[in-house]
Amino acid sequence: MKRDGVAAAARGTQLKVSRWSAAATAAMGSLAVGLAVLAAVPYFAGGPAEQPLIVAFTFIAMAATWNLLAGFSGLTSFGQHAYLGVGAYGLYLVAVHGINPFAGIAAAAVIAGLVALPVSGLLLRLSGGYFAVASLVVAAVFQIAVTLAPSVGGTTGVSLPGLAGYGPVLREAMIYWAALIVAALSVAGVFLLVRAGFGLDARAVGGDPVAASVLGVRVGRVRLLAYLAAAVGAGAVGALIALQTQFIEPTSVFSVQYSVEMLFMVLVGGIGTIEGPVIGALILFALQQWLSQDGAWYLVLVGGIAVVATLAVPRGLWGFVSSRWGWSLFPVGYRVPGRDHHRQAG
Amino acid sequence: MTWVNAVLQGLLQGGIYALIACGLSLTFGVMRVVNLAHGDLAVCGAYLAMVLSSALGVPVWYTLPLVLPAAFVFGMALQVVLLRRALRTGEIATVLVTFGLSVMIENLLQEGATANDRVLNAGAIGVAALRIGGQITLPWLFTAAFLTACAVLSGLQLLLSRTSWGRKVRAIADDIDTARLVGVRVGPVFASVAGIAVATAALAGIFIGAIGNFNPLTGESTLIFAFEAVVIGGLGSLWGTLAGGMALGVTQVVVGELNEAYAVLAVHLLFLLVLAVRPAGLFAGGQQARTAQVTG
Repeated sequence: MKRDGVAAAARGTQLKVSRWSAAATAAMGSLAVGLAVLAAVPYFAGGPAEQPLIVAFTFIAMAATWNLLAGFSGLTSFGQHAYLGVGAYGLYLVAVHGINPFAGIAAAAVIAGLVALPVSGLLLRLSGGYFAVASLVVAAVFQIAVTLAPSVGGTTGVSLPGLAGYGPVLREAMIYWAALIVAALSVAGVFLLVRAGFGLDARAVGGDPVAASVLGVRVGRVRLLAYLAAAVGAGAVGALIALQTQFIEPTSVFSVQYSVEMLFMVLVGGIGTIEGPVIGALILFALQQWLSQDGAWYLVLVGGIAVVATLAVPRGLWGFVSSRWGWSLFPVGYRVPGRDHHRQAG
Repeated sequence: MTWVNAVLQGLLQGGIYALIACGLSLTFGVMRVVNLAHGDLAVCGAYLAMVLSSALGVPVWYTLPLVLPAAFVFGMALQVVLLRRALRTGEIATVLVTFGLSVMIENLLQEGATANDRVLNAGAIGVAALRIGGQITLPWLFTAAFLTACAVLSGLQLLLSRTSWGRKVRAIADDIDTARLVGVRVGPVFASVAGIAVATAALAGIFIGAIGNFNPLTGESTLIFAFEAVVIGGLGSLWGTLAGGMALGVTQVVVGELNEAYAVLAVHLLFLLVLAVRPAGLFAGGQQARTAQVTG
């Protein structure tokens, strides 16, 4: 804000600089109403509406956190399913020790973050495609390690304890609310991080780490923070998936398909924006509801659309819309009211 | 003697990893593209050879004169149609595009060829073995794969150091802008490099398919192994890649001798260990290794 003020003063005019626009205020207002309505879904719509919405919420959380990693910080990890798995097994471990599985979601997220800390020491030495493949190696190591550990069920898997006390209706509603909270927290968390200076630093690092470090951005810290935050988000999603399936099996919970879906949602929706991943999540959700019966074709389409989107619309749907009309629903930049041009700082 | 045998088998196995990895190393060194579909393209080579060899009723080796040129042309097309556009957008775009391509190939193969395990018809060489003394048995197939890898790597090295094409490639790898300034036409060089990379991948894929089972998802593990060979050997060095592949192969076979379940895990852990201790690779001079590292 200071910089903009100086720039305006130099031109000898007084301009008011603001983060909010009418569109953003309206969007935030309707978002609050929307969240309230979604929170009430179990009371008026029940199970048939909850099931698909849980999937949509996990998609939104996965997309938002992957975007923090790839979109803002330039870390294209294709191994985030490693932390989905860690979250699922983390939830199992705390649930076995008698902790309520719904409270355990937070614990699972923290466990994923703790596991990510030493891993980041190795992976963040790399960047670009090498970082991408090394993240796949880490996921493979986690999966093999789990299959070799009989205490967590080895190759056959384990069922999640601690859910017996809940009736099916209450359990479904609890999972629904938990998924809604995780999705909302993921989007809000990324929004707040990006607003609070981290976004500017991370974009600089994603654009050119050398130039960023010359300008005084602490490159290592930015990348570490993005990596840990994304692992925590993925851990929470993994716990949600375990709650929903009630059975944790290594090949399905460590499936690379989750990472493919993250990539798709962020690319198609709009990489490096707050709104884009949410839109991408809704598109993938629609695609999945429509095509999930034929598994392979669903993935062929997902991969193909991701390729086309990268080449034809590199900034995704929302990037296209926002650069065309200057829309911003989550205000992270600054704007000068009454002027057409729109700045995306942050 | 079992151990000597295991180490020898591992060294031979490492040749195949190096054969896949050299294309990965070349495209990264010259084009700055990490092709995440590299392993899947190798598997495509194996499927193509399988279809041709059963259609013609000959062992898979006779299909090489058809498969390799096809793979070369496919690699050039890949560069011209997809990678060139992605490169204009940035390095991340190439990673995303090749990953999307990898997902498409794997699932198209599942649709077209089912998820069943396949094995290629290797003819008489597939079952023959070279026996040294009583205990040491070297399967001819492994030996042939190893010798092929050595021949391909030496050939590439010669091409790079002796021919005018190689001089252009090295100039581009060193500094693409200066190479352009002095009149090197980058487009054809990139296309030929991509063609060679895919052709070597297909050759490696045929050996993989002849030695063991393969299925549409073999590409992912193939990519990971090739990538590990490149990093362990040190980026940008073809002989380093061969050494890296051998380190992987020996680890895999020797640990597998102790306990089969830990063999792949041991390879991954070796890779992570190298990353932790010597991220520039075990056998590299260090100059090129910096390109993959983060500054600051």
